[in-house]
Amino acid sequence: MFFWSLVLIAVGIFSSFIYGRSRIKLNSKKQGTKSKSLPNYYAQYVLMWCLFPALIVYFSWAIFQEQIIQNIVISNFEYIEGAVYNEGLLLAEIRNVANNPSFADGKSIEIINAAAHYSSLRQISQISFYTSIIIIMLLGALYASQKLKPEFHAQHTIEKYIQYILIFCSSVAIFTTIGIVFSLIFESLRFFAEVSIFEFLFSTEWYPFIPIREGQTAAEGSFGAVPIFAGTFLVMVVAMCVAAPLGLLTAIYLAEYASQRVRKIVKPLLEILAGIPTIVYGFFAFVSVAPFVKAFGQSIGIDASPTSALAAGMVMGVMIIPFISSLSDDVINSVPQSLREASLGIGANKAETIKKVILPAALPGIVGAFLLAISRAIGETMIVVVAAGTAPNLTGNPFENVTTVTVQIVVALIGDQEFDNPRTLSAFALGLVLFVITLFLNIIALQIVKRYRERYE
Amino acid sequence: MNNSIAKEKIVSLRKKRSLEDMRFKYYGFTAMCLSLAVLVFLLYTIFSKGYTAFQKTIVLLEVDYNQKVLKLTPDSSDEDMEKGKFFRVKKQAIENFFPDLSKSDIKLVKKLFSINVDKEIKDYFLDNPEVINTKQQIWVTAHSDVDQLLKGNSRRDVPEDRRKLNDIQLSYVDQLVEENRVKQVFNNFFFTKADSRHPEIAGVAGSFMGSLFTLFTVFILSFPIAIGASVYLEEFAPKNRITELIEVNISNLAAVPSIVFGLLGLGVLLNVFGLPRSTPLVGGSVLALMTLPTIIIACRASLKAVPPSIKEGALAVGATKTQAVFHHVVPLALPGTLTGTIIGLAQALGETAPLIMIGMIAFIPNIPTGLTEPSAALPVQIYLWVESAERGFQEKSAAAIMVILIFLFMMNAIAVFLRNRFERKW
Repeated sequence: MFFWSLVLIAVGIFSSFIYGRSRIKLNSKKQGTKSKSLPNYYAQYVLMWCLFPALIVYFSWAIFQEQIIQNIVISNFEYIEGAVYNEGLLLAEIRNVANNPSFADGKSIEIINAAAHYSSLRQISQISFYTSIIIIMLLGALYASQKLKPEFHAQHTIEKYIQYILIFCSSVAIFTTIGIVFSLIFESLRFFAEVSIFEFLFSTEWYPFIPIREGQTAAEGSFGAVPIFAGTFLVMVVAMCVAAPLGLLTAIYLAEYASQRVRKIVKPLLEILAGIPTIVYGFFAFVSVAPFVKAFGQSIGIDASPTSALAAGMVMGVMIIPFISSLSDDVINSVPQSLREASLGIGANKAETIKKVILPAALPGIVGAFLLAISRAIGETMIVVVAAGTAPNLTGNPFENVTTVTVQIVVALIGDQEFDNPRTLSAFALGLVLFVITLFLNIIALQIVKRYRERYE
Repeated sequence: MNNSIAKEKIVSLRKKRSLEDMRFKYYGFTAMCLSLAVLVFLLYTIFSKGYTAFQKTIVLLEVDYNQKVLKLTPDSSDEDMEKGKFFRVKKQAIENFFPDLSKSDIKLVKKLFSINVDKEIKDYFLDNPEVINTKQQIWVTAHSDVDQLLKGNSRRDVPEDRRKLNDIQLSYVDQLVEENRVKQVFNNFFFTKADSRHPEIAGVAGSFMGSLFTLFTVFILSFPIAIGASVYLEEFAPKNRITELIEVNISNLAAVPSIVFGLLGLGVLLNVFGLPRSTPLVGGSVLALMTLPTIIIACRASLKAVPPSIKEGALAVGATKTQAVFHHVVPLALPGTLTGTIIGLAQALGETAPLIMIGMIAFIPNIPTGLTEPSAALPVQIYLWVESAERGFQEKSAAAIMVILIFLFMMNAIAVFLRNRFERKW
């Protein structure tokens, strides 16, 4: 349906363009004066008045049609006294029957009626959709064509419209942020209406099970997120223990020692490491590193679990090596040459120059790079989903299985999503924590790097 | 006397210092080599685990297309042929697979074959209807357990109760190998089929198409918006609070974890706007929002690289600012913006977590044909296969990783090509 309407809109804008062009030529000939702008601008003017209202109608229809139809169908549904209905299941059933009449066998008469109602509403909606698109395009073109006079400054108007479009494009980023903040806060508030915020932040019991039947006491959920935060922290620490020395030393070698040729070869290779999808690292952790960690743990007498913080953290560390090395490389390169020369000039060798002069000078930038890396490690999902566990475990032992914020978000949202229970909503609360922490780290890191840059400019 | 001691001290100190210098250099060198070694090891692991997935095991089966068993006649219409009793033919073929099989043995033999065998027997017949009332030797797909055993991915030496195939079945397989009734051929299913519960007939075609549709959505949404935003910020935006806010916003958005964008998609696109779950349309929209900052940053860099003299030249001959920008600056920056967009798309291709959030993790056994159809995506498919307990899926996940890496490699190659071909040095 929506494909053909796109064709309709395309035809509309094409003909409106042609119409605008010929119309303005005609009008200026009639009046015997030259038009203020080139004919194409008048044509574009008509086109815009044709296109944008139609697009608005198109998108609002695409977004709201299904919901409105469903609401009407549900509100007109003939409920049987005493029977209990699940609205989502009911709707799915009605839709199935409407889309595929062969499913109607054995369904109750109410559902078949509702399906017929649903189909007819869809038909009405489609017809009125096409007519309203045509009408709105005609109205737009009509309005615009009244302005097609030689003394009208079409170009100015068009340029003003283009500005509006550009501003809209730039504000998409802001809308995205607003969308993130509002959806997280809104759903988190619903979560905190059922679970106290103190329990969430300070209690150490995370059993996000909800009673399936009324009065089922064994499965009373408790939502203390401390073990999750601790697990995230542990994995992050392991990752940084791998990535910080390797990344920083690689950056130092590349920036200070390596020849131009080595740099040219190694930098793209490190970029490959950065471009590999995280699920691939997850596979690597699961297939190679986790068995290795388990075997290693057994050889030194520690009972390692098959999914351990160590395996996930090590692989995550590898993932952020290129991140740290490229950021630190930039930072080290932006230390002024004069500092190096001064140090070498008074007789220090290269290692001493790096350790005593360059690293202290670059320290703020390197700290910034580490903070960004930490924020990335905390927000990383797929490696930990595959290679760390799902069971909350308050431990400092990296051989044990821990869980992280991102894993719990995924676990809570896989499968049935009923947005009225705290288990599903807990994902949004955890997401909010994640968002706030990463944003905070990022802002601090960017501030530090910015100050650092200013110092040497 | 004193002088020579001092000299010795200086020499030994210098030696120590230069040794320290060397050591420090080799620390750096080792770190670099270690990082690269991990890359090599990673690629090696994927290749060594995955290359077997490009082959499948097939078994020679003698099928008797008896018209009585099929309940067909040589002049049946095509419609009737569709309804032929092929499962009975298959049952008979398996009963006669080895001479003198007992009832319990037949059950065991049956498990050596893929679930797809019924369809293969049927398709063979529909392609060659003249074979009715003849016996045909057909190569059919073996069960994943046989496949994994012959590829050496599952071991024989574990106790019987921890094996998928018991001792009797193993002896059957050995017999087949001896009689040359089993061989390995190119696995066309891997490239033509969608996901399946049975590893031997699972493929990446469905998730590959899903990824293509998703990337198409990302491109359609993010490319125009990113160009619009970067043109505005680079050329038109006044220096004020709001512009600064937008810029800070974009750089912060680039650092938001991808899973949070998934929550945005779930909370807003699915729950508020009611867009269809599990579809490339929603997945693509979420990924477009996620990659937008990356693309905007790249686009701005390429707009900045166009020398101001070009715009000034256009302004000097009387063009308005809009004309100067859209007729001169943007076309010159276009190759750079395309490169940035392709790199953003490559990032979107590998992203898994947001797609899981919006339900693209559902089991979809058919190949999607549109933007609003439920579908899988390559990285999610890999995740599903990695998590699967079935042994046969592990090689599939490694092979799917190879597919995605080749795909990524090609996208980056195109980006590099575009940059080298069209980049102008001013």
